[in-house]
Amino acid sequence: MRPTYEPVIGLEIHAELITNSKMFCGCSADYASAPEPNTNICPVCTGLPGALPVANRKAIELAALVGLALNCSVNKHNTFARKNYYYPDLPKGYQISQYELPICENGWLEVNPSPLTPLPKREGNNSLPPEGEGRGMRVRVRRVHIEEDTAKLFHEKNYALVDFNRAGVPLLEIVSEPDMRSAEAALDYATKVRAILRYLGVNSGDMEKGVLRFEANVSVRPVGSDELRTRTEIKNLNSFRALTRAIAYEIERQIQIYESGGAVVQETLGWDDVRGVTTSQRSKEEAHDYRYFPEPDLPPLQLSDEWIESIRTRLPELPEAKTARFISDFGLAPSEARFLTSERTLADYFERVAAKAKSPAKTVHSWIAGEFMRYLNDSGLSIDDVTLAPETLAKLIDMVTDKTIGASAGKTVLTELFKNGGDPAQIVKEKNLLQLTDVNAIQEIVTKILNDNPKEVDEYNAGKEALFQWFMGQVARATKGKADPNVAKELMVKGLEERKK
Amino acid sequence: MQLHSLTIREIHQLLIARQVSSVELTRAFLQRIREIDPKVRSYVTVSEELALEQAQKADERIAKGENVTPLTGIPFSMKDCISTRGVRTTCSSKILENYVPQYNATVTDKLAEAGAVLLGKTNMDEFGMGSSCENSAFFNTHNPWDLERVPGGSSGGAAAAMAASLAAFTIGEDTGGSVRMPAGFCNVTGIKPTYGRVSRYGLIALVSSFDCIGPMARDAYDCATVLEHIAGHDPHDSTTYQFPVPNYTQHINQPVKGMKLGIPKEYFVAGMEAGVESALQEAIRTYEKLGMEIHEVSLPHTKYGLPVYYLLLFAEASANLARMDGTRFGLSVSEGAKDVIDIYLQTRREGFGDEVKSRIMLGAYALSAGYYDAYYLKAQKVRTLLRRDFESAFSKVDLLLAPTCPTTAFKLGEKTSDPLEMYLSDIYVVATNPAGVPAIALPCGFSNNLPVGMQLIGKHLDEATLFQAAHAYQQVTDWHKQTPNL
Repeated sequence: MRPTYEPVIGLEIHAELITNSKMFCGCSADYASAPEPNTNICPVCTGLPGALPVANRKAIELAALVGLALNCSVNKHNTFARKNYYYPDLPKGYQISQYELPICENGWLEVNPSPLTPLPKREGNNSLPPEGEGRGMRVRVRRVHIEEDTAKLFHEKNYALVDFNRAGVPLLEIVSEPDMRSAEAALDYATKVRAILRYLGVNSGDMEKGVLRFEANVSVRPVGSDELRTRTEIKNLNSFRALTRAIAYEIERQIQIYESGGAVVQETLGWDDVRGVTTSQRSKEEAHDYRYFPEPDLPPLQLSDEWIESIRTRLPELPEAKTARFISDFGLAPSEARFLTSERTLADYFERVAAKAKSPAKTVHSWIAGEFMRYLNDSGLSIDDVTLAPETLAKLIDMVTDKTIGASAGKTVLTELFKNGGDPAQIVKEKNLLQLTDVNAIQEIVTKILNDNPKEVDEYNAGKEALFQWFMGQVARATKGKADPNVAKELMVKGLEERKK
Repeated sequence: MQLHSLTIREIHQLLIARQVSSVELTRAFLQRIREIDPKVRSYVTVSEELALEQAQKADERIAKGENVTPLTGIPFSMKDCISTRGVRTTCSSKILENYVPQYNATVTDKLAEAGAVLLGKTNMDEFGMGSSCENSAFFNTHNPWDLERVPGGSSGGAAAAMAASLAAFTIGEDTGGSVRMPAGFCNVTGIKPTYGRVSRYGLIALVSSFDCIGPMARDAYDCATVLEHIAGHDPHDSTTYQFPVPNYTQHINQPVKGMKLGIPKEYFVAGMEAGVESALQEAIRTYEKLGMEIHEVSLPHTKYGLPVYYLLLFAEASANLARMDGTRFGLSVSEGAKDVIDIYLQTRREGFGDEVKSRIMLGAYALSAGYYDAYYLKAQKVRTLLRRDFESAFSKVDLLLAPTCPTTAFKLGEKTSDPLEMYLSDIYVVATNPAGVPAIALPCGFSNNLPVGMQLIGKHLDEATLFQAAHAYQQVTDWHKQTPNL
């Protein structure tokens, strides 16, 4: 009988840091805006003989900030190291990284999804913090370290071109312990790390541009076992979709191997997104020996307690905390709160609308999660592109809530506000969208519709109840959607009932 | 008047008195290089055009009396591992034979700002790997005192150029004695400053944690003058000290009476040439007469100095030389290459000499998985012991006196077949670099008509005491004034 297998997954996340200059020289780190290749370069980032690195203070601050956000401890004494290997995108023949003493270590992140099984109790797990109140489980963050990005290669038919604009851009490597037990858990962890990086403003999270890249370590074992079996490493996963697909594929591949009596080989794999398979890149025997040693050109970083605390004060409210607050302060459902806090700017926007609006926070959420997001998605905009003032949106929502206008009129006004701006009350006036609440006026319209459509009235009264929506549609058409739907419905029901006899 | 044999301060007086112009002076040195250097072969590149241009500018500065420093208009040469924009910088290696830097080393910039005139770049052992200059990929440099002999290394070209009066001062570089050992062989004064005192930015690295740029000159006073101009914190070199640079020359005349001079007993052992030992003993007596207290001290880990030095050298150098890969600058051998790996292999195979290749391989080995702890890490631990040896000695004395080499200059070809024998010639000079302490080499006599050098080793950042002691010695001796017949 096939045993039930349990995957064991660890992630390495590479995240470029948003800084003005590169990690070890004064060149602009904004390679995406460089007018052409090899313009943001100097002797240091092209590895000319004699050039020396100088560490970027801002990048060190941001690295510590990320570490603190991931509940890591910051090493007051941490060191740079040389990672030696040859490749044309690595100008010095070594990458300056951190090895023995990274800037941050021993953190954790709470992960939500249900497929998780509890962590095995094993030696060395004692440092694991207690898990949250049933909300999820903790994935340990082994380390966060600073390194430099490589140049970009452009492969042509018989040669390759190198653009050094990206060479030396500050890069963080965030390494988890193998604590995830499903592709979904890995996805949730990766999503949360990305959200935190975006909250901190240290990375745009734009995976299409390659500013955030994943590598996954995967092994499988029979459920109940706590052994760590041979793992494979899947490199260069550049989207959440690739991450989950590659892990799911690899889990199944390894199970198949064990099921057919084989053994998993330790190797580095690539992910073929088109064919949907992992492919072998390097076996264990071919693995690089990076010959790490302390970088003699850079003295160890000595960080004081005061400095670390000053960085800690710069931590914003993070997604988890914000979610909890939205649930308790605004009475939102957990899923509603999580949606709003998925982006810091969205959460901020919501809070500003909620603060101005007299409507309940739940109503504000409905508008933002509904029509507001629909408009953004349809227009290909992001929350960062929104120029609509929160107080304006608050006014609009209140007009619907107090029935000044109907819901469909509200949508019309919202679209108008997005497109041309303006004041909601003014738009309502100009477009004549005030809700028809006068019972007599609505009665007149209902009576006219019933009189004009005797055939449909008879059909309805003969049992074709689906026609009711058709009658309501006639009201909406006659009033341009302005009639108070509750009043209209009541009068229509009454009118149809009267004509039954 | 022999312009080329004057000290920096003598030339400076002539320049500001307008008795000679920098252009005249520069022409005289260039002429002398043309006449003498074919015998000595100290220069890899003579930058005549740039020199005359800089001399012209220096003369203008002097004429206006603006921003004139003691180095304004003074012609000098530089070891060919220090980057000079527009002037090829080869490290005496085929792999950089035609490499012309796009930027100046900080030291190059500082000397240019001071108004010094660059005559050219001097020969060296390839990438500084050697003790005789015989590992230059281009040609041997000859010791001006005996053209059959080596000038020492790796700054052999700089020492020979200085001894042959082919520059008013030269800039060398000392990774494990590379200034002091050739200074001793060539009867020149030269200083290896404290690690981190002079910026390494633009210095093509051999051992990043040992490399020290230092001047060689006619005497300690001139060395002090030059060091004042090239030392100091550099925002481009994170390993430089923030401390301000003392005015060395201002205090150089302070008496040395009462200073405690340590004689490391481990440095005076069997194997030293008799003439070297007697010259050293005479120098100790001279210091005694000058009022110094002489104390025997112990540097117990001295015997580990050489293995520690070489192990760390191999390791760091293997990484430092990785960038010479034929893809961006320097030699690129791409003919017949199937892929970029072939370009790397072909370029490095043709571009590096045997000594460089063997050291890269030894370094890669020492750093490889499974050997790191036994070699690199162990060497770093012993390095700490070497440093403590000096700290402990300097808790008792103000400075140490030691030879620069167990022998005088050896013959060309004498040691090239035995690298270990060659390594042993550095036995007295290597330990200071892992420890980071400063040391000045100065002439202290002759043995069989060949110069003998001694070195004074000082506390961290205490170059001032070294200059005072060396200067005091040179006030009462004239070894440093002896010049070879060429």
